[in-house]
Amino acid sequence: MTSLNSFLFIAFPYIAFSVLVIGATYRYKSSGYKVSSLSSQFLEGKKVFWGIVPFHFGIILLFIGHLVVFLFPEAVLRWNSDPVRLVLHEGIGFTFGISVLLGLTILIVRRWFNPRLKMVTNRMDVVIEVVLLSQIILGCWIALGYRWGSSWFASDLSPYLWSLVKLSPNIEAVSALPDVIKLHIVGAFLILFLIPFTRLVHFLVAPFHYIFRPYQVVMWYWDKKQIREPSTPWQITRPRNN
Amino acid sequence: MDIRSQISMVFHLDKCIGCHTCSIACKNIWTDRKGAEYMWWNNVETKPGTGYPGKWEDQDIYKGGWEKSGNGIKLKGAGKKKGLSNIFHNPHMPVIDDYYEPFTYKYLDLIESPASDDQPTARPVSLITGKPMDIKMGPNWDDDLSGTPDYARNDPNLKNLSPAEQQAMFQLERMAFFYLPRICNHCLNPGCVASCPSGAMYKRGEDGIVLINQEVCRAWRMCITACPYKKAYYNWHSGKSEKCILCYPRIEAGYAPACMHSCVGRIRYLGVILYDADRIHETASAPENELVDRQMDMLLDPFDPEVIESAKKNGIADSTIKAAQSSPIYKFVKKWGMALPLHAEFRTLPMLFYVPPMLPVMASLTEVDNSAQAEKLGDIAKYWPDKWLYDTSTEELWGTIDQARMPIEYMASLFSAGDTEKVKVRLKKLLAVRIYRRWKTVGDISEEKANQVLSDVGLTQELAEEIYYLTSLAKFDDRFVVPAAHREQAIEMIENAGDRKGSTGFGFKEGTAKRGL
Ligand code: SF4
Ligand code: SF4
Repeated sequence: MTSLNSFLFIAFPYIAFSVLVIGATYRYKSSGYKVSSLSSQFLEGKKVFWGIVPFHFGIILLFIGHLVVFLFPEAVLRWNSDPVRLVLHEGIGFTFGISVLLGLTILIVRRWFNPRLKMVTNRMDVVIEVVLLSQIILGCWIALGYRWGSSWFASDLSPYLWSLVKLSPNIEAVSALPDVIKLHIVGAFLILFLIPFTRLVHFLVAPFHYIFRPYQVVMWYWDKKQIREPSTPWQITRPRNN
Repeated sequence: MDIRSQISMVFHLDKCIGCHTCSIACKNIWTDRKGAEYMWWNNVETKPGTGYPGKWEDQDIYKGGWEKSGNGIKLKGAGKKKGLSNIFHNPHMPVIDDYYEPFTYKYLDLIESPASDDQPTARPVSLITGKPMDIKMGPNWDDDLSGTPDYARNDPNLKNLSPAEQQAMFQLERMAFFYLPRICNHCLNPGCVASCPSGAMYKRGEDGIVLINQEVCRAWRMCITACPYKKAYYNWHSGKSEKCILCYPRIEAGYAPACMHSCVGRIRYLGVILYDADRIHETASAPENELVDRQMDMLLDPFDPEVIESAKKNGIADSTIKAAQSSPIYKFVKKWGMALPLHAEFRTLPMLFYVPPMLPVMASLTEVDNSAQAEKLGDIAKYWPDKWLYDTSTEELWGTIDQARMPIEYMASLFSAGDTEKVKVRLKKLLAVRIYRRWKTVGDISEEKANQVLSDVGLTQELAEEIYYLTSLAKFDDRFVVPAAHREQAIEMIENAGDRKGSTGFGFKEGTAKRGL
């Protein structure tokens, strides 16, 4: 049992994280062409709305929620010390959990029953659908069955995750957790592990830089003014675009 | 003044015979691939008609292009706020059925089916699913006004016409149509580029061709919405957007794009236009009735010494300036003022201009009493109840344009943001050249009259000859003046040949530090 625990909670997290970093970098470097998610809105544009929107907004919020508890456990505990705020916090989290669950179910059903979408579904899409679905079901189950997750996450899991970050893993607290929660944790690392191999990579290239760039993009292949400048014939001057 | 050069085009619509050779040439080279079967980077529509994808001109549906907002403009259906908040689901994106589901036929069944009492048939199968399908729509489904109640009657350009005018337009006796070949306009203020969240789309500085970097495109699908001409397409198989690349590999090598090269009607012209990039934003934000004129103002005279000087300062090659001087586009658009952009009100400043078609508006219609004629016909002779007379005479000089059988309002909705005057001026010029040539060749018009029509529209005999030449006689090299990104220089469009200097032969490839010195 201990060896299984140390594999799942010490070795696997490090493996998953290394695979994520190396795999995603490799995929990006070798061909930017593959770093995206194959949108199927073009083949089916109506039902997808009811799945994809609740799914994405839900999962983004849950991700941020988990991240905040991991990064600022004390602040979360302080916030949760008031029962009203605790219930509010958990309630919001659970609502988004349900929205992910519903959204994902709609997406899976849609993909399954539309012959056109079958043509743009690959094996890894199915794998990631199953993993995400199980993860979200586990998450909702934990939220209901093992109350006030945000508090015990902050007090038990956050230190564990930090111990991983500090390279001195301490798995005492995790080993004592119920199996459902353990599964959820392993699921999280599994998702990290799978990112470079699935359409999940697209979230790594979310286009925030769009906000800061001018609308029009003009590119020159080379700087025509510089190239005619006799004083710099041996310098390579890349064009300034835009 | 920030002068840039742009490869620009003119399509002379009177000459288009609707043969779709251009579309096929393009398809064979670029879009005969999985996921791109439905794409027609070049397509030819019958007008009036709903086009491809259906009703693409109706921006209430597709939200393409720019709209005015305060003193400036903003994207109608995309942009930083709208684009990013709709990034998971783009509510105004057309889906495959708005174009058509691509199909092929099971041809092998014709050969391989066993002997039987019935003819074997080749059933249509979907190119997406491979399953048998019923074809509901295809490219050019509405060619030559077929299926008119479903298509031509729903043309978004009819909305400015009164019901009575519309009714009149679709009387069998009056029906007229023309062809509208469309490719990407390689706009100066492209909506597609502005909408791309990942920055995969760009306009090339050297020649203004608008491209999508396939390595950077991440399937956010915003360009599909933002291009008001629906000339950016989503490849459902590769998950990337694609669009007309103006055959840039051919242009770089000095050839005309495939659609233009193959054009049977020789309606297409391509050449360089110099323009002032500083005025893009201001022009695109102009009030609707000034848009066309302001866009014309941005295009500069390549013979003006001041323009030449600042063009050179901007690094534009002498050969490009030379090409701009002999550009057929400059002549049609600026010198003669005969061409107009399509749907200027979308505010993308399209750089493909159309000479509006005169033929469908020619021939005014008058009702005549032909009962006397009918009486002469025997019972067996064909009964011909047609009471309309097509008047193609040149007696009433501009009468045919004023009482045209295809309403000028319709043309104006396409080519001049609703301003009928602008279309009329151009049509009159076309007609004037005709009348002038008729004096020359047929001789049933007096020289005096020919001169009068010419001066009415501000043309001279010399100009009329020039127009006639470029319209009817022009050879390949007159129609396509491809600037010098000559074959031998083409590599410089992709990399700076200076970078490669010293990288072969004697010497070192690495700098001193890298060599450990
Ligand atoms: S026509 Fe459309 S795709 Fe082409 S440059 Fe203009 S906005 Fe972009
Ligand atoms: S090839 Fe030329 S004439 Fe034929 S449809 Fe195309 S544009 Fe018109």
